[in-house]
Amino acid sequence: MSTKFGRLVSLVCKRGFSISTSVQKGASEQGVKSLNLCSAINQALQIALDSDPRSYVFGEDVSFGGVFRCTAGLADQFGKKRVFNTPLCEQGIVGFGIGLAAMGNRAIAEIQFADYIFPAFDQIVNEAAKFRYRSGNQFNCGGLTIRTPYGAVGHGGHYHSQSPEAFFCHVPGIKVVIPRSPRQAKGLLLSCIRDPNPIVFFEPKWLYRLAVEEVPEDDYMLPLSEAEVIREGSDITLVGWGAQLSIMKEACLDAEKEGISCELIDLKTLIPWDKETVEASVNKTGRLLVSHEAPITGGFGAEVSASIVERCFSRLEAPVARVCGLDTPFPLVFEPFYMPTKNKILDAIKSTVKY
Amino acid sequence: MALSRVSSSSPSILLKPLSSYLSLRRRSVSSSSTDPLTVETSLPFTAHRCDEPSRAVETSAAELLSFFRDMALMRRMEIAADSLYKAKLIRGFCHLYDGQEAVAVGMEAAITRKDCIITAYRDHCTFLSRGGTLLEVFAELMGRRDGCSKGKGGSMHFYRKEGGFYGGHGIVGAQVPLGCGLAFAQKYCKDENVTFSLYGDGAANQGQLFEALNISALWDLPSILVCENNHYGMGTAEWRAAKSPAYYKRGDYVPGLKVDGMDALAVKQACKFAKEFALKNGPIILEMDTYRYHGHSMSDPGSTYRTRDEISGVRQERDPIERVRKLLLSHEISTEKELKDTEKEVRKEVDEAIAKAKESQMPDPSDLFKNVYVKGLGVEARGADRKEVIATLP
Ligand SMILES: Cc1ncc(C[n+]2csc(CCOP(=O)(O)OP(=O)(O)O)c2C)c(N)n1
Ligand SMILES: [Mg+2]
Repeated sequence: MSTKFGRLVSLVCKRGFSISTSVQKGASEQGVKSLNLCSAINQALQIALDSDPRSYVFGEDVSFGGVFRCTAGLADQFGKKRVFNTPLCEQGIVGFGIGLAAMGNRAIAEIQFADYIFPAFDQIVNEAAKFRYRSGNQFNCGGLTIRTPYGAVGHGGHYHSQSPEAFFCHVPGIKVVIPRSPRQAKGLLLSCIRDPNPIVFFEPKWLYRLAVEEVPEDDYMLPLSEAEVIREGSDITLVGWGAQLSIMKEACLDAEKEGISCELIDLKTLIPWDKETVEASVNKTGRLLVSHEAPITGGFGAEVSASIVERCFSRLEAPVARVCGLDTPFPLVFEPFYMPTKNKILDAIKSTVKY
Repeated sequence: MALSRVSSSSPSILLKPLSSYLSLRRRSVSSSSTDPLTVETSLPFTAHRCDEPSRAVETSAAELLSFFRDMALMRRMEIAADSLYKAKLIRGFCHLYDGQEAVAVGMEAAITRKDCIITAYRDHCTFLSRGGTLLEVFAELMGRRDGCSKGKGGSMHFYRKEGGFYGGHGIVGAQVPLGCGLAFAQKYCKDENVTFSLYGDGAANQGQLFEALNISALWDLPSILVCENNHYGMGTAEWRAAKSPAYYKRGDYVPGLKVDGMDALAVKQACKFAKEFALKNGPIILEMDTYRYHGHSMSDPGSTYRTRDEISGVRQERDPIERVRKLLLSHEISTEKELKDTEKEVRKEVDEAIAKAKESQMPDPSDLFKNVYVKGLGVEARGADRKEVIATLP
């Protein structure tokens, strides 16, 4: 099992898709196609099922395509023994996935919305994350990948909008990965499925149909725990992940009009995260802003901020800025107030640079 | 209510056979609308580890008329919500109850407001049956201040404390153990009230359900678990998700009763029976065999995982409103015209409520921070862009 994974992991390195922009040219054996994020996920799952007969996709309504259609067509192609519906029971779904993975399979579980992952929280935190450690490496559930859509969609209300990633970032033993775009989603999901550790993969549901980009059609993986500088700049470093990056990108453009040069980093993997890339950037710019949709208190932005203050204390020219969701339940009618919008980010950029 | 108007000679009455006209007159003169009337349920109850209640249900003309009116109102309300959603006046997730109305009205007819009801997100009609108003419904759906949760909950989170309605829960299955806690508190007070915890056939497969069953039975709680079996959990047919879709037997050691949930009188009889049973013996499961006409939520057309024939078959043969309409006609309590008039009235009521709800204000921005804790924590709020006010809250 571990050798199989080992081989696949080394494959990632050989292909060397460390910077997504280079993927397009380098890996176009079968060409590229314009895809939205949902189809990119679908393609990744299709490749995962196709390339490993011991991989399974399951969850509520997935054999019908799932509520977001990410698994459409997979049951037809691979049969109902490998792509199947589960009853409505998140705790059972994840527990089952851990057992399936412990037998050397790739268990790809879908939790319909990240808001519904909490019934499975115990299985993830107490069973999945610690299986390898507490069995002295006799057992593990490294083949487990939990996919789940997260984040705001404009009007989702309390239970279709939350960003619970920080809860999972407090759990050594699992990895947390969030893609920002279709091409990233496909490559990162394939890496997650083949990585020898249990992973929670949060999909920005806001971008399922909205984000469209050229995606290589072949089987490629993007490395985990490697952040990416997606925009270079000199005055301030902005760190984010997932859907929030598109908002941050707009703020960078507006800041540029006012003469501020922003460097934007996509963290991609939240644990274990790539501190070096962020550190190097902050050493260059001297300023840091982190932004996420989840409530500010105890959000992963706090961890990024603390770590960078430790590493770059003498280089920092202003306090680290955090532009995040507010400390309230995710609201229904107040969503625009709650969200870390472009203008809130822009204001924080300006006040940090002027500090 | 409509009885007094029967004698006015409307054309539709003149077209009817004389005998029925005469009997109508007779009834309106000689009998009161609250005189008891016995009606047999069209289907038998099926019991698990308990006796089944009698199929002969005691009712009255007044009750049947109120069933008709209330269900017609609910139906109209849900259809109006559908249009408002499509017009983007309702945001968020919205789950409609049309088809299942008999469960709400039948249950309410058997219990008092001191009994508690707790349910999932398909909660509009239960809220109404517990004494909520149309204005509160539409205002809440549109996120306005006059809504039952002050506009902060939306479709899935209706509550009415004074009506013993504990809501309105978004996480499938989570409300059922809560119901056990309510029932324990009731038992402790010794005031002979019970809790009805409603959940779906999909929810029946959550682990929490079995925890709740064991707790209820272990501590003899006056806890009635009501599985509203509409045969689908989203797109999944019950048999795809449950090894045993006989939900009334799923409690094993807990008695259960299967009920025709499209028959308001059968529901009433079952709930009356269950309340007495639970106060004496502890928990019981009621499986209400029902059907939702709409898709699961507004994004589900509801026709990909079931046939149109199936839906129209239920509408034609089992519709809860049509069943009561037939009873009202065959017992000569109302004329067709009167029932049509009632439907027109409720339509108007719904339209008026919507108009009023639209005038209701949005909640104040500062409400965003209210009720997170008992007191605010001095947080600063700001609008989506800098043009909006900055509010610092206590
Ligand atoms: C824990 C959890 N998982 C998944 C969901 C998404 N979801 C909402 S309703 C539903 C189906 C529930 O079906 P059922 O219990 O039969 O109730 P019905 O909708 O038919 O009234 C699902 C899967 C959720 N709200 N909560
Ligand atoms: Mg159901």
